[in-house]
Amino acid sequence: MNIHEYQAKEVFRKYGVPTPEGGVAFSSEEARRVAEDLDSGLWVVKAQIHAGGRGKAGGVKLAKSLDEVEEIAGEMLGMTLVTHQTGPEGKVVKKVYIEEGADIKAEYYLGMVLDRALEMPVMMASTEGGMEIEEVAAKTPEKIVKVAIDPTIGFKPFHARKLAFGLGLGKSEQKDFIKFASALYNVYMENDAEMIEINPLIKTGEGRFIALDAKMGFDDNALYKHHEIAEMRDLDEEEPTEAEAKRHGLSYIKLDGNVGCMVNGAGLAMATMDIIKHEGGEPANFLDVGGAANPDTVAKGFEIILSDKNVKSIFVNIFGGIVRCDRVANGILEATKRVEVSVPVVVRLDGTNAVEAAEILRNANIKNIIPATDLEDGAKKAVAVAKGEK
Amino acid sequence: MSILVNKDTKAIVQGFTGKEGTFHAEQCMAYGTNIVGGVTPNKGGMTHLGKPVFNTVEEAVKATGATVSMIFVPPAFVADAVMEAADAGIELAVIITEGAPVKDMMYAKHYAQKTGMMTIGPNCPGIITAEECKLGIMPGNIFKKGNVGLISKSGTLTYEASNQVVKAGFGITTAIGIGGDPIIGLSYKQLLPMFEADPETEAIVMIGEIGGDLEIQAAKLIKEKITKPVIAFIAGQTAPKGKRMGHAGAIISGSKGTAAEKMEALKEAGAYVVESPADIGATVVKALSNRK
Repeated sequence: MNIHEYQAKEVFRKYGVPTPEGGVAFSSEEARRVAEDLDSGLWVVKAQIHAGGRGKAGGVKLAKSLDEVEEIAGEMLGMTLVTHQTGPEGKVVKKVYIEEGADIKAEYYLGMVLDRALEMPVMMASTEGGMEIEEVAAKTPEKIVKVAIDPTIGFKPFHARKLAFGLGLGKSEQKDFIKFASALYNVYMENDAEMIEINPLIKTGEGRFIALDAKMGFDDNALYKHHEIAEMRDLDEEEPTEAEAKRHGLSYIKLDGNVGCMVNGAGLAMATMDIIKHEGGEPANFLDVGGAANPDTVAKGFEIILSDKNVKSIFVNIFGGIVRCDRVANGILEATKRVEVSVPVVVRLDGTNAVEAAEILRNANIKNIIPATDLEDGAKKAVAVAKGEK
Repeated sequence: MSILVNKDTKAIVQGFTGKEGTFHAEQCMAYGTNIVGGVTPNKGGMTHLGKPVFNTVEEAVKATGATVSMIFVPPAFVADAVMEAADAGIELAVIITEGAPVKDMMYAKHYAQKTGMMTIGPNCPGIITAEECKLGIMPGNIFKKGNVGLISKSGTLTYEASNQVVKAGFGITTAIGIGGDPIIGLSYKQLLPMFEADPETEAIVMIGEIGGDLEIQAAKLIKEKITKPVIAFIAGQTAPKGKRMGHAGAIISGSKGTAAEKMEALKEAGAYVVESPADIGATVVKALSNRK
C-alpha cells in the first residue's frame, strides 16, 4: 500500500525526520487558510496523487501570495495529471498540500528499499537530486552510493558515514545528515515499509537536511501491526474493480486485451495470460480466484471480468488439487445461474476428478460453455471465440 | 534417491491442531509421510490424529527425533515458529503460511541461517518426494515417481508442470514449491546442485516468474555447474510493470525483474526455455532424448 506525500511527511515528523511545515487542503479556500497559518512569504502547492513526476506535469507550483495559493489550488483541484507513472489516463487531483517555501542550497536523493538478493534493507543516496533514480542508475551508476544494512545490527554511524562521504558532504554537514539517515532507518523498519523515496532531499543555506518530498509504500502483509498507517489507505488511488476484487478475496488486475481469465493460483494465472498471448490473443486481465474456487468466488469473478466491456470470451483455467474439479464444475454452473454470462466461456478443468467435472459440464448443456481438454486447447479456443471464429 | 526428504524422514507439524494443520497433516499421513507428532502451545500431552502433541518444538524433537517441521502457523506468529524450530535443532522447516510480513521473515531467515536450518517458503505448496514423502498442500496423486526434479515459485503451476511431465510418460523425483514472497528460503541456487548430485534425477524443470533476480542467479549457476538438462518457464511475460501479480514478490520494479530478461539469461546459460506453459512436458521429452 502506498500513501500520499502529506501522510508520509506526518510519519517522518513523528520519527524526527525533518520536513518543511505544511498542511493538506481539499478546497482552494482551505488551501488559503493552511497557507495563512504557515509562517512564510513563499508557498508551494503540490498535487497529492500516488505517482511521481508531478513537477513536470504541472502538479507542483510556487505561490508568492495568499491569492496566488488560492488561485493555483483552485486550478489544480479537479485537474487530471498525466505523468510517466500514472499511465495515459492520468489521475484526478482531489487534494493539495500547501507547504512553506524552502531555502535550497543543494538537492540529493535518499531512498530505502529491500534488496531481495541480499535479503537486507539498503539505503541509497545520490547527488542527482530531482532526477529519476532509475535513470541515474542506468546512465551514471557511479553517482549512486548504497549501503546494505544487516537488520541484526541495525543502522550504524559507519553506514551513514559511507553515504555522507559518497555524497561528498563536508565535516560540518555530516552530523546533521547522520541524524537524518538514522531517523529514516527507524521510519522504514518500525513501520514495515517496503519503500521510501526522498527526492529531493535538500540541504538548506544553514546546512540542514530536509525532506522536500516523501514517498512511502508498505508491506500489505504487515498492515495489521500498524493501524494508523492502514487508515491512510486512499481508495481514490486504487482501481475500483481491483479494490472490489480484493474485498472478496480475489486478486484482479485489469489489462487491455479481450480474453478474460479466471484461474486458481497466481503463477498459473500469469501463465494463462502468457499462453493467450502466445496463441495470438490478448489477455483482458489477471485473476486469481485463490485456492477455494467455490460458487461465490467464481460468480464474483465472472462479475468482475464482465465489468470490462472489452471482454469477448472468458477462459476459466482451474487445476484442481485439494479442491476437486467436480466441485469447481458445479460452482461454475451455480455461478452462471447467478450472474448473466454474456460471452462464451471456455472451461479447462484438470487435476483431481477432472473426468467427473467434464461429465458435469457436458450434461449441463449450457450453450455458452465450451469445454477444453488442456491448457493449450483452452487457450486456443478462448482466443478463437474472442476473435469471432468458431 | 531424491532430495531433502524421503520415506525415512521424520517430521512434525507446527500448528498441528489448527484447521489447516489438521487437514493437511492428515492428507500427508495418508500419502505415507512419517509424521511423528506436532506442536501447539498449551496443548502438550494431547493426542491428535493418533500422534503426540507437544508444547514446544524442543520437546517434540527430543521425544520423536524429528528433523523436519512443516509450519501452518498464522502469519502474525510464523516468524516466531520458524525461529523456534531453528533453535530446537530442526534441519529443514517447510513454511506453508501465506501472508507473512516480509520484515519478520527477514529476521527469521537470518536466524535460521545462523543455526544452519534450511527453510522452504513461506507462501508455498511445500515439498514432495514422489510416492515417499509429502510435506505440503499439493495433491499427491499428480506426482508419479520418475526422473525429473521440479523447482517452482508457484503452486498450481507446479501441479500443471508435474501433470505434463507425467502425461508425457515421465515422473518426478522431488518437487519443491519455493514460494512467491520477496524473501524465501531454499531457491534455485541451492536446489539445482542438489538435483545435480541426485543420481535418480535426469532432468530439472524450473518454473520462475517476474520479480527479483533468483532466476538470473540460477542462470549463472546453470552455466557453470549444472550438467543435467534444465527446462525453464518464466511466468508473467505479459505482466504489466509495477503491478503485483498475486504473489507478493511478483512485481517488475522499474525495468528490473522482467520475464524477458530472465528467459534471455537462462537461454544464454543453455537451459531449454519454453515460451508457452503448455510445452513443458514436450520439452522434457526433447531434453531427455537429446541426452541419450
